[in-house]
Amino acid sequence: MDSLQFFGAARLVIVAGKGGVGKTTVTAVLAHAAARAGLRVLAVELEGKPVLADLLAGSGAEVVTITAPEALADYLDAHGLKRVSKRLATSGIIDVVATAAPGIDDIVVLGKLKQLERLDVHDLIVVDGPAAGHAITFLLSARGLLDTVRGGPIKTQAEEVLEMFNDPERCQVILVTLPETTPINELIETAYSVEERVGVQLGPVIVNGVDLGDTVPLADAAEAFLREAADFRNHRRGAQRAELERLSSDLALTQIVLPQLPVAGVAAADLPALSIALLEQIATLAG
Amino acid sequence: MSSLGTIVDEAQIVVSCGSGGVGKTTAAAAIALHAAASGKRVVVVTIDPARRLADAFGLAGGLTNEPTRVEALEVPASGTGELWAMMLDPATTFDGLVRQYATTPERAERILANAFYRNIAGALSGTQEYMAAEKLYQLHRDERFDLVVVDTPPTRNALDFLDAPATLTRFINHRLFRLMMLPARGGLKVLNIAAQPVLRTIGKVVGGDVLADAIAFFQAFEGMESGFRDRADAVAELLRSPVTRYVLVASARHDTVEEARFFAARLTETGLAVAAVVVNRLQPRFGTTSAADAMAAADVASAAGDTDLAAMWRNLAELRALADAEEAVIAPLVAETDADSVHRVPLLDDDVHDLGGLRAIARHLFGTAPSPV
Repeated sequence: MDSLQFFGAARLVIVAGKGGVGKTTVTAVLAHAAARAGLRVLAVELEGKPVLADLLAGSGAEVVTITAPEALADYLDAHGLKRVSKRLATSGIIDVVATAAPGIDDIVVLGKLKQLERLDVHDLIVVDGPAAGHAITFLLSARGLLDTVRGGPIKTQAEEVLEMFNDPERCQVILVTLPETTPINELIETAYSVEERVGVQLGPVIVNGVDLGDTVPLADAAEAFLREAADFRNHRRGAQRAELERLSSDLALTQIVLPQLPVAGVAAADLPALSIALLEQIATLAG
Repeated sequence: MSSLGTIVDEAQIVVSCGSGGVGKTTAAAAIALHAAASGKRVVVVTIDPARRLADAFGLAGGLTNEPTRVEALEVPASGTGELWAMMLDPATTFDGLVRQYATTPERAERILANAFYRNIAGALSGTQEYMAAEKLYQLHRDERFDLVVVDTPPTRNALDFLDAPATLTRFINHRLFRLMMLPARGGLKVLNIAAQPVLRTIGKVVGGDVLADAIAFFQAFEGMESGFRDRADAVAELLRSPVTRYVLVASARHDTVEEARFFAARLTETGLAVAAVVVNRLQPRFGTTSAADAMAAADVASAAGDTDLAAMWRNLAELRALADAEEAVIAPLVAETDADSVHRVPLLDDDVHDLGGLRAIARHLFGTAPSPV
């Protein structure tokens, strides 16, 4: 597949996965690779300590942070409630608003993403989605709000977000996992929930940190610790292969694997290698 | 700081904290398993709704908001140890608190049925953390248990757990609450929403009936604040008392190590201390050859035409380089921690998904697994 075709599938891509699977790394690799392919790329962070700006420095991709309290304040401003919204934000009443209508903080963030998607400024917008179990509630917030809010600007917002979710040419979700039993089980569960309950198109699954490579041979004369090291590596690689095969048979989605790098935690210097690995695999996909 | 063995002997509460995906739940379960095997009556509380802890404990029925005895445990016949496990259900725990502090049962039911309350109990950020702390308090007072082991919710900021009781009472005592109650105190039964610009704004955004639910909640809640506040104070005090020990869990990745260091620093600021550090899933080490020497040996074998042996040395060099890189990443955390309170758990051959796996982890945490050189 041509890389422009791959990245052109949908303008907005939300990267989702459980904590610790390398969601942020995958977001950065996608943005890096797409920028390398010549696209105008925006990478979006939603929460936590901002790290994408460091990871993507010099890549050509732009980085922006969108937080729920700021998005809500902006939203109130835009709806002629400027004077009060300042008071709301400073006095923490936003907490009360968010509690009164759960999902409102998520929907204003999604509303911002929808706005960005509508502008013809970027070819690809990659979002480092919410952590832990929050991804599903985040994606479900639009549908949930339609049930609780019967009118007004929030309802319109929710409808527009749903419309975007249901259009596979505008929005896709990319799920990230590790080549291990529990993360893959969780990914399969999440994939079914996203498709059935949210109705958003799933892009390829990205398996992060895969120890690629051939079986280490066992030389007869080798010392015991060399044999133990080889056995350990072969066992781990075999277990990872088995998990990847299970994922393929349980989930009919394109699978992309990112190699485990000989480093503890990915830094900006490691991104080119990962983005080349991604582009090489895209080239082998059927168009 | 001290070894985990000492901590488990001395503590009445062990809190396992760290960022998402580092193995907090597994560490908590392994600590509980060890404590039960050494004669304590232990309850382990998990926040993780995934089934894996129930599966690992062989509890086919899953875990609920009440402790279930783990029967599969093989404790010595003479032993007094017991292992119990439960999964926190924040909403049910919150309901229990409301029933306890409501001035009348009717009022309790009115609150429990209120849509705004259901949102607080189910979705307000901080509720899960507060209810974890509340449950811990209840279990600590429960005569059935000597030790409570809990893993913390996977928040971005591990300290949310400590701050949660205060956050929630602040929310309930919010200025808006008083604003809403003003007309009621003046004797009016029906609030004039239009009279309050702030309320009018909120009403515009979320809709009038949503706001009406909120007002009804705060009205029903009146009179309960002091009970709630006192309880939250007691919970906060327990979290800060010396019977509670904090175990930091990290993996050998820069971000989780930074999170652990941040938590350690915040604990120290609050006058508390980290009792122990667990670093999970470290690459194991084989032999004592350095990565550079292993690469050199690979070249020698290669030159001698022994490609298999060369591949084996290269494999060793790669594994050792990764182990060294991990050690460098955790070095700042280790430097800030007493040597005997850092516990390294190697990456095991297989995922931890049964009692055998938990025992293997426990052996690394409490046994005499050698430190790397």
